[in-house]
Amino acid sequence: MSEPAEHTAVRRRPYDGSRTQQRRFRSPAVPRDPRVCLWAVGTVLLLALPFYLDRFWLQAGLFAMAAAIGAIGINLLTGATGQLSMGHAFFLAVGAYGYCAFAGDGGDGLLGLGLPTWLAVPAAVATAGAAGGLFSPIAGRLRGAYLGIATLALIFIGQHVLFNAEDLTGGFNGRDVPPLSVFGLTFDDAEVTVAAVPFGAAEKLWYAGLVLLLCCGLFARGVLRDRPGRALNAIRDHRIAAGVMGVPVARYRAAVFVLSSMYAGLAGVLLALVFQRTVPDYFGMALSLEYLAMIVIGGLGSVSGAVLGAALVALLPQLLTRYSEALPLVSDPGTGGIAPGEASRYLYGAAVVAVVLFLPGGLASLTARRSSSTPGEDR
Amino acid sequence: MTTFIELLLGGVSLGSVYALIALGFVVIFRATEVVNFAHASLLLAGGYVTAVLSDDIGFWPALLTGIASGALVGAAIEFLVLRRYRGSDHSVLAIVTIGVDILLVTDLTRRIGTDVLAVRDPWGDQLLTIGSVSLAQTRVAALLVAGLLITAFLLAFRYTSWGVAMRAAAENAGTAALMGIRLGRVSLGAWAVAGGLAAVAALFLTVFPTPGLERATSLAALKAFPAAILGGLDSTTGALAGGLIVGVTESLATGYQSDLTFLGRGLGDLAPYLVMIAILLVRPAGLLGTKETARV
Repeated sequence: MSEPAEHTAVRRRPYDGSRTQQRRFRSPAVPRDPRVCLWAVGTVLLLALPFYLDRFWLQAGLFAMAAAIGAIGINLLTGATGQLSMGHAFFLAVGAYGYCAFAGDGGDGLLGLGLPTWLAVPAAVATAGAAGGLFSPIAGRLRGAYLGIATLALIFIGQHVLFNAEDLTGGFNGRDVPPLSVFGLTFDDAEVTVAAVPFGAAEKLWYAGLVLLLCCGLFARGVLRDRPGRALNAIRDHRIAAGVMGVPVARYRAAVFVLSSMYAGLAGVLLALVFQRTVPDYFGMALSLEYLAMIVIGGLGSVSGAVLGAALVALLPQLLTRYSEALPLVSDPGTGGIAPGEASRYLYGAAVVAVVLFLPGGLASLTARRSSSTPGEDR
Repeated sequence: MTTFIELLLGGVSLGSVYALIALGFVVIFRATEVVNFAHASLLLAGGYVTAVLSDDIGFWPALLTGIASGALVGAAIEFLVLRRYRGSDHSVLAIVTIGVDILLVTDLTRRIGTDVLAVRDPWGDQLLTIGSVSLAQTRVAALLVAGLLITAFLLAFRYTSWGVAMRAAAENAGTAALMGIRLGRVSLGAWAVAGGLAAVAALFLTVFPTPGLERATSLAALKAFPAAILGGLDSTTGALAGGLIVGVTESLATGYQSDLTFLGRGLGDLAPYLVMIAILLVRPAGLLGTKETARV
């Protein structure tokens, strides 16, 4: 950890996160910042990947992107505000099925409004937000782990509705997801050849996912760094003091719950587009726990933490599946050994415990230069 | 009318089992201020040991071993994980228990697989019939055992030095420590008791009319969460009331399911959560929970 200290020592004034300083660092001196180079390399790499990776890894990457969007949302709620939610799988389901219902044309006998698909995405996100809003009388009043227990209800309500409202959800077998189409470009398996590489659904969605993730990340960063973020952190650190200083605690709690459920809804839409079919079993308790594991492992309260953790937790089962022959103990499901899915659950379960006990800032605290305003340190 | 009484009695018995689980949950919360999301996996651990051993060494020794291992797992979580945490933020500890829960549930469900482990209990599927009302013997046993355990526990909580130490620690940990109460031992005890109670509850969740211990048993155990929170997380009496409400609601919703088909199948599993939401809307602190007041 000596490296960050050196960087600050080079500067004329220690970085204290104030506005004027942030602005100065964005002036022409910026390219010297190693982080900018890192960003540039990362962007080029991410843009180039669809030309080289096969479908399996692109899908894995898309899962990770969808997970990252959802994790950013739940990190706003749990990391920045200290409100636990065990019910995020429900909002993912609302997003996924909402998209199907808005975009479907009713051809498969299921409810479909036949909206243009580009309109169905925001509509599904808004529906997820509305579902979060319906829960706001509880989300605004309960705190921390209490809310965690109350949101358990959402999982069971969600599962009940998904299995029983067969006209809407297709019941046990789920329903097909209509492919997204924006400005005449359809994200389906009809292949387009770009630079001698055939682009299928995964390749095209890859870029859509990147754009969505970038927008979501920047928006959440804006929320966290500005007035609302400070209010949310104040609520987490000292609810009463925050109230005394004029932060409307209940309203902020309810608002961040709605916002985070909208993020979950968008993640659900993206997941549905990648899967091309939604099934109710997927949106169970385990999914909610997975999202909590992501933000704890990555780092509570920061966007980069959420993305890191999401990448790790979402890619782990895929990695283990791909390399199960080369790994000891892990084997294909049903052959007696530990299946890849179980192995990854062992790993991230243990990682959650280890991170909280030994690395309270999560993985993000290892890589990122910590500024004084980064939450999680100055509790 | 007979059906109603049968359902009501069944609900009360089921509720007393939930109350056992919720009681352990509340005890942990009072002694250590940790919301224990690993509680369902504690129950699954105790139930698994009981179910696996009951074939080999007979029912009663298996039950005792199950209870002991439930208590042991609880104590081990406290000793190996929670005690290592040096911070002061208890909501972070709730997240640690989620990690523990992921680990334990993954391991146990992998061991159970798709099997249904039947417990060789002495009651079997016999019924107890009084007048026109008949009730499964397992349900009667559940009611008696849970009632006995809860009474014993509440008496111990009030009159033994262990109970006094625990209440003192819940009231004000710092002062209690200064008075010579060993907080580590208190919280270890709380976790062990909760694990043991959960193991007993596991037995009654897996005997007739349920086929046996399976993966979904941990989902049934989750119903103790609404029981605990709708009674009020910091209230032992609340846990009892909450357990009974949840049990009766579930039993009635399952029993009258055929009249409620427009709400879909499997309503019984959902009803406790709906009741929880309804009660939280009116009383955010639960029925008997202390309303939080703070001096600024």
